[in-house]
Amino acid sequence: MTERNDDLFQDPSFVRGMTQKRLSRRDVFKYAGVGAGALSMSSILAACGGNSSSVSAGTGGGSAGSDMFSGAPHKIVNFANWPYYIDKSKDANGQIIHPSLEQFTKDTGIQVNYREVIQDNASFFGKIQPSLASGQSTGWDIIVITNGTTLTKLFQSNYLVPLPTDMHPNFDANASDAVKDPSYDPGNKYTMAWQSGLTGIGWDPNQVKALRPDKPTITSIEDLFDPVFKGKVGMFGDNQDLPNFVLLSLGVNPEESTPDDWQKAADKLTAQKPNVRSYYTQNYINALNNGDVALTMAWSGDIFQSNLSGAASGLQFTVPTEGAIIWTDNMCIPIGVQNPVDAITMMDYVYKPDIQALIEDYNGYICPVPASQAIIEKIDPQTAKSPLVFPTPEEQSVFHTYRVLTDDELLTWNSLFEPIYQG
Amino acid sequence: MSETGVPNIDEILKAGFDYGNSGTPVRRKTNKRKASVPYLLSAPAVLWLVIFFALPTIYMFTVSLYEGTIPTMHFAWKWNNYSTTLSLFQPQLIRAVEYALVATIITLLIGYPVAYWISFYGGRRKNVFLLLLLVPFFVSVVLRTYQWAVLLSDQGIVVNTLRRLGLVGSSFHITSTGYAVVFGIAYNFLPFTVLPLYVALERIEPRLLEAGRDLYADRNTTFRKVVWPLALPGVFAAFLLTFVPAVGDFINYQYLGGPSNGMIGNNIQVLFRENLDYPHGAALSFVLMAVLLVGATLYARALGTEAVMEATAA
Repeated sequence: MTERNDDLFQDPSFVRGMTQKRLSRRDVFKYAGVGAGALSMSSILAACGGNSSSVSAGTGGGSAGSDMFSGAPHKIVNFANWPYYIDKSKDANGQIIHPSLEQFTKDTGIQVNYREVIQDNASFFGKIQPSLASGQSTGWDIIVITNGTTLTKLFQSNYLVPLPTDMHPNFDANASDAVKDPSYDPGNKYTMAWQSGLTGIGWDPNQVKALRPDKPTITSIEDLFDPVFKGKVGMFGDNQDLPNFVLLSLGVNPEESTPDDWQKAADKLTAQKPNVRSYYTQNYINALNNGDVALTMAWSGDIFQSNLSGAASGLQFTVPTEGAIIWTDNMCIPIGVQNPVDAITMMDYVYKPDIQALIEDYNGYICPVPASQAIIEKIDPQTAKSPLVFPTPEEQSVFHTYRVLTDDELLTWNSLFEPIYQG
Repeated sequence: MSETGVPNIDEILKAGFDYGNSGTPVRRKTNKRKASVPYLLSAPAVLWLVIFFALPTIYMFTVSLYEGTIPTMHFAWKWNNYSTTLSLFQPQLIRAVEYALVATIITLLIGYPVAYWISFYGGRRKNVFLLLLLVPFFVSVVLRTYQWAVLLSDQGIVVNTLRRLGLVGSSFHITSTGYAVVFGIAYNFLPFTVLPLYVALERIEPRLLEAGRDLYADRNTTFRKVVWPLALPGVFAAFLLTFVPAVGDFINYQYLGGPSNGMIGNNIQVLFRENLDYPHGAALSFVLMAVLLVGATLYARALGTEAVMEATAA
């Protein structure tokens, strides 16, 4: 965790926002310049895509899948991921390296072109979609997409290559039940989890105590609706976390929610609006630290990282009694992939417990490999004990995922919720 | 104009003659090759405009008539994209115009004295003062706006000081208000106001002021009768150059605004980037563009096109 001391900003949510309005949820301590560089990198790669030996996946993405995995590896894999999501260290020359990837290259001979180019699902999809639609290579062999609207669009458009079931032995042996056979991708036909995380409530104990001395802890989503906190409540200004989280407070499982439930959630949010300080798309951690809000919807990793970075306020993250939203970022292979064998090898490799331990100890999200816990225990007992990294099955029982929406449903959904958070 | 301030009668005469001739077309003997020279010379600029402005604009217009979102969107002559977006985002559009208008007036009130002082009292250090005005703008607009959000936050230096002085109550706050957004816009666009004003004021011949004095006008009258009318085109230009981009601003709301301070630029951004709803995003962009074009045309009409064009060109 020492690497973090080098980083510029204390608010990962702000730094993400430096480049754009954000729908992502990475614990990013990102420098402002990274985004621009990364953008051009991906377009360069996309432009060069046609030259190398391209494997045709076919527009169907279905049956053509299995053949492409029969060849020999090309010894290179192009991996697009979110910023600050993998273990980091410095080598003897002070260059930043990723030990887990170094180990991968040592073991398999496959070089990894690892790029932190994804800052938001929708806009990354918007960028690669023209290549996908024309059947050309996106330049990427592995992309990481959160379950939700964008992933649904990738499925619906047949933009992903079905994974060969016999080529991920580590995944089969070590993946947690939570990421095996997920509801959004039955049988892991197209995806394997990279990490998962939670949407809950972040709060500043000092402010909460000052405003509500008789009940100084936050336990429930209803606390966000308590008039005592008028003007000090932060909500997310997005069309996934905000609606799904409030559906939980109505006692509804978001995945099974109906348009009637959505209407109720929208009404509840509309009534709450006068109490809301801001619908944050970024920068909400600083709003907590600055005292603009006392409590806010938050992503577990952001609070964790803010406290680690030395912001002295000791922010808290609560999984409300009504439950929390769990989301998973998924590795998947886009059609037009050039190095499919290398890609599936890489995707499976991170399911080795010792390799996953390296990654997990750095980013502190929910670990997809339970066996890594014992390994992390030895180097970093605090992380190994954290319920946000290794939640027990009991704790996991209150985690719910986003509602999967069809195009038509999305229109209804957006027309209900967008007017609330879009100023 | 003469830099030295020494009267230069030739320059004044020349200016007078040019002015007198400008209305009369002069027939010249030309051959075809000569006639094509202006077109050839302007070809790169025209080509540039066609490729990077006209074609994308036409493309965006066709997209505004599409149906659906990425990846399923397709052309469908969907004119009601316009009515849908306009009815959905009318409040934000009106708000954006209001905020930009107030912010522009603020920048004019602040910027005019600054530009006046630099051009008439800046002396040899004029360029230094102009540079000082611009120095903060070498830092990214996002960072500067964000820093204001920190300074103006509830436990920030401004609100805390006011609170300690007992001037405001404990629930008083600056961020997440329309005032903060307008302030942010005014702050961020100030140089766009000052520079055209400065250019206009700087062009005023100091001898005209002296002439005013000679004719027994006091300072106020000289300003009213000489400086103000001569620099008025600069005010018009400053207004346009500040107001038009300010209407489309989306940074200030993001950092300084609250739940009901959204501006039209934010809606366009969300439609494109988050919803991948290009048709509605494009339609809303064209609505905004139309509002601004109509506004600017009416504005130019009301004030006389030449004055605005002249000032904008300057």
